[in-house]
Amino acid sequence: MTTKVEVKQLTKIFGKRIPKAKELLKEHKSKAEILEATGATVGVDQANFKVNAGEIFVIMGLSGSGKSTLIRMINRLIEPTDGQILIDDQDLMTLDKKALLEVRRKKMSMVFQNFALFPNRTILENTGYGLEVQGVEKTVRDKKSHDALELVGLHGYDNEYPQQLSGGMQQRVGLARALANDAEILLMDEAFSALDPLNRKDMQDELLDLQETMHKTIIFISHDLNEALRIGDRIMIMRDGEVVQTGTPEEILTHPANHYVERFIEDVDRTKLLTAANVMIRPNTVNIDKDGPRIAIRRMRDNDISSIYVIDSNRKFVGFADADDVIKLIQDNNPDLRSVVQTNVPETTADTPVRDLIEKISTTPIPFAVLDDQHRLVGIIVRGAVLGAIAGNEVNA
Amino acid sequence: MLPLISQLPLADWINEFVDWLTQFTGFFNGITTGIGAVVDLFQWFFDLLPQWLFILIILGLTYWATRPARKWTLLGFELLGLLLIWNLGFWRDMTQTLTLVLTSSLIALIIGIPLGILMAKSKTFEAIMKPILDLMQTMPAFVYLIPAVAFFGIGMVPGVIASVIFAMPPTVRMTNLGIRQVPADLIEAADSYGSTGWQKLIKVQLPLAKSTLMAGVNQSMMLALSMVVIASMIGAMGLGTQVYFAVGRNDAGSGFTSGLAIVILAIILDRMTQAFNKKKN
Ligand SMILES: Nc1ncnc2c1ncn2[C@@H]1O[C@H](COP(=O)(O)OP(=O)(O)OP(=O)(O)O)[C@@H](O)[C@H]1O
Ligand SMILES: [Mg+2]
Repeated sequence: MTTKVEVKQLTKIFGKRIPKAKELLKEHKSKAEILEATGATVGVDQANFKVNAGEIFVIMGLSGSGKSTLIRMINRLIEPTDGQILIDDQDLMTLDKKALLEVRRKKMSMVFQNFALFPNRTILENTGYGLEVQGVEKTVRDKKSHDALELVGLHGYDNEYPQQLSGGMQQRVGLARALANDAEILLMDEAFSALDPLNRKDMQDELLDLQETMHKTIIFISHDLNEALRIGDRIMIMRDGEVVQTGTPEEILTHPANHYVERFIEDVDRTKLLTAANVMIRPNTVNIDKDGPRIAIRRMRDNDISSIYVIDSNRKFVGFADADDVIKLIQDNNPDLRSVVQTNVPETTADTPVRDLIEKISTTPIPFAVLDDQHRLVGIIVRGAVLGAIAGNEVNA
Repeated sequence: MLPLISQLPLADWINEFVDWLTQFTGFFNGITTGIGAVVDLFQWFFDLLPQWLFILIILGLTYWATRPARKWTLLGFELLGLLLIWNLGFWRDMTQTLTLVLTSSLIALIIGIPLGILMAKSKTFEAIMKPILDLMQTMPAFVYLIPAVAFFGIGMVPGVIASVIFAMPPTVRMTNLGIRQVPADLIEAADSYGSTGWQKLIKVQLPLAKSTLMAGVNQSMMLALSMVVIASMIGAMGLGTQVYFAVGRNDAGSGFTSGLAIVILAIILDRMTQAFNKKKN
């Protein structure tokens, strides 16, 4: 995993008497104390974190905790008081004006909470704005913008104006504008917060779909835990300008660093009401008594999966097989699928509360097998489904 | 208390300053020639146009600018108003006044918009400009006649200069205001995509400030028009001269008719600039 964005000791203090405020920060004085003593507001307090290439990194925190300030320092819309921002190991703070423009043009694009579309420009012209300031020729620009709009599912609105579109559509344009200039990093400040719940969920799905093929590095600000759990590969929680905890959704849920984080995840208590049956999905299986390696690999290919569950003719659970092993069997001309079946699969029953699964599921890469009392395979639970369920989306496949 | 301090020689200082400035005659002559050329160009054009064609052009422009709404009352007013001016024998005076107003508005725009932009970009510059603009607008307009005559003599050009000084502040103010009113997130969007300051200005700030800015231009134009009588005192010809003479002759009738002609021109200019402003949005 390569690090795409690294932030070291990044600090922003607003107001006057900044040197004094900085000193107090070093002495670990709180934001309130510093405001009291100097009148300066601490926006972000010595933040350190790394964002991996291709991940969705969600930043959460209450209002005023410094999320917007932090994300705006990453492209230096807000000038940091102190600290470093490394993009691909290049220190942004050492760049002159021209080089900074170049980074903003080529490396990162921003999506805004209230869309920030230019009302005097058509949808196509809005989408092409980034390319336009780079001096890309109009025909090329229009083609790329048009493609980006298609990508986010907006057809036939090229020549409309933003006011003519609904909020959800406007934010698609915002996303298309960010995608059009092919930047590797997307900065999204509460990008979906202004949308109604249904549109919001659509946009989250859209983003996840796009991410599957595009592998952008996305820094996403949210104040909605469900959203963070749904889309985040990792989550960072901030409070009063400080980073409180950084981790995978499972880590945050299972090991909250302190009360503040606990309060954040309180509404996740729904988990105890949900059982495995609510979150399991239908598995793809092969019958060990009649199917061989070729059938197994075919089925995996058809369903776009890298492993498959193995049962017998009575639907009794046997284990699961990995694509690599099965391919090897085929290469060796060995028809005995049984020889590669793994049996160390975590098992559970349909009435197990989801809450009891969270901890275990975060430690195993293999989905849970849900078995009935006769040891028959009734479903499987993938990691995403548990988190999805916590986030309020029942899975039924 | 007050008598203890001798009177400040402020007036003397200003006189000295003005005297000192007059040594740059070459510079002022250059300006006079330049502005004179613009004035002549406008006047030449208006003299070339037959009255009926002029009226038709005004009606055509108004019709086009107000499309698709058909403002028959406005068109009717313009037609009758211009015919009345023609009938009263004020046609050439009217075109002279129009020349004065258009030239001063044009110059106010050329100087005022960049000043407004600078004000929007720099807090310091804004702080410096604000009192100057207040001064320019509240100083009795007559006062501008004195230096205008000192530097530019008598005629249209000093009239234009005095009008520009008096009429420019709204353009500057409204340009500044219009740019500052552009929503912060649009500015952030422009910056985050790597716009240079210039690109941001041309592609985002000015287009979004346009209607506010145009309202300023409209106000400047009206102020310039309100200067025509005063400007006529230093030889700027036009409807103002007619009013001025009428006052001198104590002739209420022709004073009123020439005043009416100014009002008609004012209404036409106002409605037309407003229509154009709305059209662009
Ligand atoms: N331009 C500014 N001048 C002074 N203080 C500021 C400025 N911008 C932000 N702050 C302060 O910095 C702190 C962090 O603000 P920020 O906008 O980053 O919070 P946030 O986490 O994005 O909040 P929200 O969820 O409301 O968007 C707040 O205390 C805020 O008052
Ligand atoms: Mg914010």
